[in-house]
Amino acid sequence: MTKTSREALNMTRRDFIKTTGAAGALLVSQNAFALASKPPLGRVVVIGGGYAGTTAAKYIRMWSLGNIEVVVVEKNSQFVSCPISNLVLGGSKTINDITFGYDLVQKNHGVKWVQDEVTAVDTQAKKVKMQRGEISYDRLIIAPGVDFNYDTLPMLQSMEAQEKIPHAWKAGWQTENLRKQLEAMPDGGVFVMNVPKAPYRCPPGPYERACQVASYLKKNKPKSKVIVLDANAEVISKKGLFLKAWTELYHNIVEYRPDSAITSVDVATKTVSTEFEQVKADVLNIIPPQRAGKPAQMANLLEEDYPWCEVDFLSYESKKAPNVHVVGDSVSSGLPKSAHIATSQARVCASAIVQLMQGQAPDPTPVFANTCYSFVDDKQAVHVANVYRYDVNKKIMLPAEGGGVSVKSSEEEGFFAHAWAQNIWADVLT
Amino acid sequence: MTKKLFKTVLFLIASSVVGPNIGLAAEDVVISTIPLHTRVIAASCAACHGTLGNAVTGNTIERNAVLAGKDRTDFTTKMLGFKDGSRRSTVMHHHARGLTEAEIKQLADFFAQQKPTNANPIAPQVLKANHD
Repeated sequence: MTKTSREALNMTRRDFIKTTGAAGALLVSQNAFALASKPPLGRVVVIGGGYAGTTAAKYIRMWSLGNIEVVVVEKNSQFVSCPISNLVLGGSKTINDITFGYDLVQKNHGVKWVQDEVTAVDTQAKKVKMQRGEISYDRLIIAPGVDFNYDTLPMLQSMEAQEKIPHAWKAGWQTENLRKQLEAMPDGGVFVMNVPKAPYRCPPGPYERACQVASYLKKNKPKSKVIVLDANAEVISKKGLFLKAWTELYHNIVEYRPDSAITSVDVATKTVSTEFEQVKADVLNIIPPQRAGKPAQMANLLEEDYPWCEVDFLSYESKKAPNVHVVGDSVSSGLPKSAHIATSQARVCASAIVQLMQGQAPDPTPVFANTCYSFVDDKQAVHVANVYRYDVNKKIMLPAEGGGVSVKSSEEEGFFAHAWAQNIWADVLT
Repeated sequence: MTKKLFKTVLFLIASSVVGPNIGLAAEDVVISTIPLHTRVIAASCAACHGTLGNAVTGNTIERNAVLAGKDRTDFTTKMLGFKDGSRRSTVMHHHARGLTEAEIKQLADFFAQQKPTNANPIAPQVLKANHD
């Protein structure tokens, strides 16, 4: 734990954490402390220090001019970016280029930080329980990202299985692991990866990954292949641009197979089965099906028959629990689960919370943007960009007219893509 | 502490009684006088143009990444050019076309009010062993 987060923990403990060891004494003084130390507009607890959660925390502090106390609960001590992480596989970036600390967002904006794992969410008592204590809130933001659902692929649930067959779909050591496996693969080897059925985190991500792996193989192991098994009927994002890259840049390297949902995996032999075939891999990368993150499940916020969270798009308040908001990939929005959308939702939520906690109404017609870049090789990128506007009749965010994708891939867009990353990282984390 | 209390009181008076436009300390004006609708759109630009228009990548290679302090007319002319297609772009036309002319003018006002700060990129770290 960093010094800053330890201080934040101490501070928050003094204010409102009831530790198990000193439960009695602290319980008595807790309310008095809470009353004495609470900022005028109250306390927001944010679960999750990813793109969505950290952005919501920072902007609530900014827009409330410090009049709302914000506490983030995050289990990891560092932020590792999923955007750009495919470039670690391609070899043009390393994991240490996309790893950052949380100290500046705490220092610059007075965001309090607790490094801990959430174990329960009590939306009646308005409390979040963690391994080492509990926190009460006036409003709660749940931003846990995605949870992998291993119901259909139970053989991949264990740490041992994921050592061998990483998902690398949350950037971190699995990304590094997959890169090392790729480096160790002999020329002529077969890299097999899948695309889960939509919706999943980062729609163009798997196709970008196929490009990045192919880019590395083309330069270093040109007799090798990338086989992409897509559970969807076709490439679901930037289709024309990816198909063009595979034909023009990676002819004889990338083999794309639609309608190829994975039905089982033999971990020992790295063999995957679909309804139609069995494919043996030298390096195997399985991206499991996904659902709203665990804290959202603990708070019972998922829809009955759809594993994502329904919210009011004016405030991102859950349809299932009052004073609980959900932002980022866990939201059932119909929009791409991208980092930029996550931050955009977080800002609508932050703006609404600052209003609501003053007894005022949020913006009745929010508008935000999404720009999403994908690299087709080590230098060239493509984009999809849209403005989204709230539709007052349908009560959802809909794409405005005029959005779209790049005409072609280019190094100019590769430059923009890196600038996007630098700016969104600084916006979220400083 | 006194200053903080003063700011708090002003913020509460301004926001609950007379709306967020009057009565704030000078240093708060930049953030607090922004209409709700505009502050969210403007913040949405941050992914490429930085917090409050202060891009950490500066202005390079014909880019106008720093929007903080940008001349209102210059901003509006360029955005309307992206919107009607008279000005070349790789990505900006996909944003400008989705915004109304009124929103573009509000954004021009917003960014013109912001102070350029020469913001810096965040420094990366070595990934620790205990991360997922």
